[in-house]
Amino acid sequence: MSDAYNAFLSDIEIPSSAAGPLAGIRVAVKDNISTKNIPTTCASKMLLGYIPPYDAHAVELLKAAGATIAGKTNMDEFGMGTTTENSAFGPTLNPRDTTRVTGGSSGGSAAVVAAGIVRMALGSDTGGSIRCPASYCGIVGLKPTYGRVSRYGLIAYANSFEQIGPMAANVTDVARLFSVIAGGDHRDSTSVDKPYDFTELHASVEGKIIGIPKEYFGEGIDTNIAKIIETSIDKFEELGAVTLEVSLPSLQYALSAYYITCTCEASSNLGRFDGVRYGPKPEMTNLWHDAYTKIRETGFGPEVRRRILLGTFALSTGYYGKYYVKAQHAKQLIRHDFRRVLTDCDLLAGPTMPGIAPKIGELVDDPLRMYQTDILTIPANIAGIPAISLPCGTFHGMPVGLQLMGKIFGEEVLLNAALAFEEMT
Amino acid sequence: MVSENDVLHIAKLADIGIAMSELGEFTEQFNAILGYFNILDNLTTDGDFDCPLVNVFREDKVGIPLSQKKALANSHNPENGYIRAPRVI
Repeated sequence: MSDAYNAFLSDIEIPSSAAGPLAGIRVAVKDNISTKNIPTTCASKMLLGYIPPYDAHAVELLKAAGATIAGKTNMDEFGMGTTTENSAFGPTLNPRDTTRVTGGSSGGSAAVVAAGIVRMALGSDTGGSIRCPASYCGIVGLKPTYGRVSRYGLIAYANSFEQIGPMAANVTDVARLFSVIAGGDHRDSTSVDKPYDFTELHASVEGKIIGIPKEYFGEGIDTNIAKIIETSIDKFEELGAVTLEVSLPSLQYALSAYYITCTCEASSNLGRFDGVRYGPKPEMTNLWHDAYTKIRETGFGPEVRRRILLGTFALSTGYYGKYYVKAQHAKQLIRHDFRRVLTDCDLLAGPTMPGIAPKIGELVDDPLRMYQTDILTIPANIAGIPAISLPCGTFHGMPVGLQLMGKIFGEEVLLNAALAFEEMT
Repeated sequence: MVSENDVLHIAKLADIGIAMSELGEFTEQFNAILGYFNILDNLTTDGDFDCPLVNVFREDKVGIPLSQKKALANSHNPENGYIRAPRVI
């Protein structure tokens, strides 16, 4: 462990002498984001010793903005997990209670911010991997609109969902970091040139209509958490917003649609890890299937292998229609539902997670229960909309996160509302 | 229900090794997760996807790629500028 929380996988610092909005600020970077000349492992034995020859677009922008890269942070292997216990290098401990998990998969990034080791960090969010650890560790984390931040240099797990995003102790720093990384990049064909202007940030939610999806307060949500969130939502009314109950009935399909799609994408994306171009050396005298099978058994942890197997199964002959095609239809229904409610509303609000951070080891042997804790964060990834987690109270001494979701490319309204809430609490 | 043999078959397709000691647990977890996915059986899949597709291809332009040395830097025992792989036959 290189720090008290096992949050850093590499603490190599790369200072920048550039003048810019992040000059003198230390920013930690999740270990699935490529950093030139700094080992990048995705918390996997499969990439031990891999040193990227180039920077991710977001890292290039950090350096140009004057930030010091403060090291690479621990995560669930390849982003697959909700607690950061699926790291090949051991779990990261939650600075608020070291017997509990940080959440995941960007758990190291959340921990180094929550512990005050760095001011800001980059995470990535495929199904909640920024917002979950932000909620569990009591910090702010933003998943941007799909396409607003380039994924160039983000080691792919499930391309159609994932986004790089900012994490910090407060909304202003999240907005400041977001303003540096948002914008177009020709090397990511899904990237959209929509920069974010930090000078436009101001606390404002008056007159906005905030939808409260009833499904976010249903089965599986801790009633104590729901009560804290309801009290927080009342504060928006005090700030001049109007709240409105809405319904997203297709959310019943969200978890299945997400896990089928992401495992299918993972089974394809992770096919490149065979020890030939990087990673552990395969046995060259064995036949290639035998050599690759061995490397991938020892190089990947159980959760990564489980997801590759599920994805391979869901794409295989005879099952493709039952799983993959159905999942794509479900995704479409979910997108329609969000589009409909976000026509009437400016924002949506609910809990980020159904409970507080679990104890270390509590969920790790039950993958389905672990997947079910993502139920409130996954929908924003399917809909492609921006979503932020804000600290809004505590239960049993552990932070609780309020989740705000906005319209596509509506980060300006989302961050202004988040700042208004933060200033009031 | 997926059997242990089904899991072994999928593992072979995916080039993923599974130890015999893990097989029972993997199969059990597989079935629990697939059972949950059955909720999608309630969905009708009539109609087309409405996701607009946009051509993102551009004209071919010569750029500056990674040098061969950098591209090979993470591979084991490259030979004459090529990456070496295990034998095929």
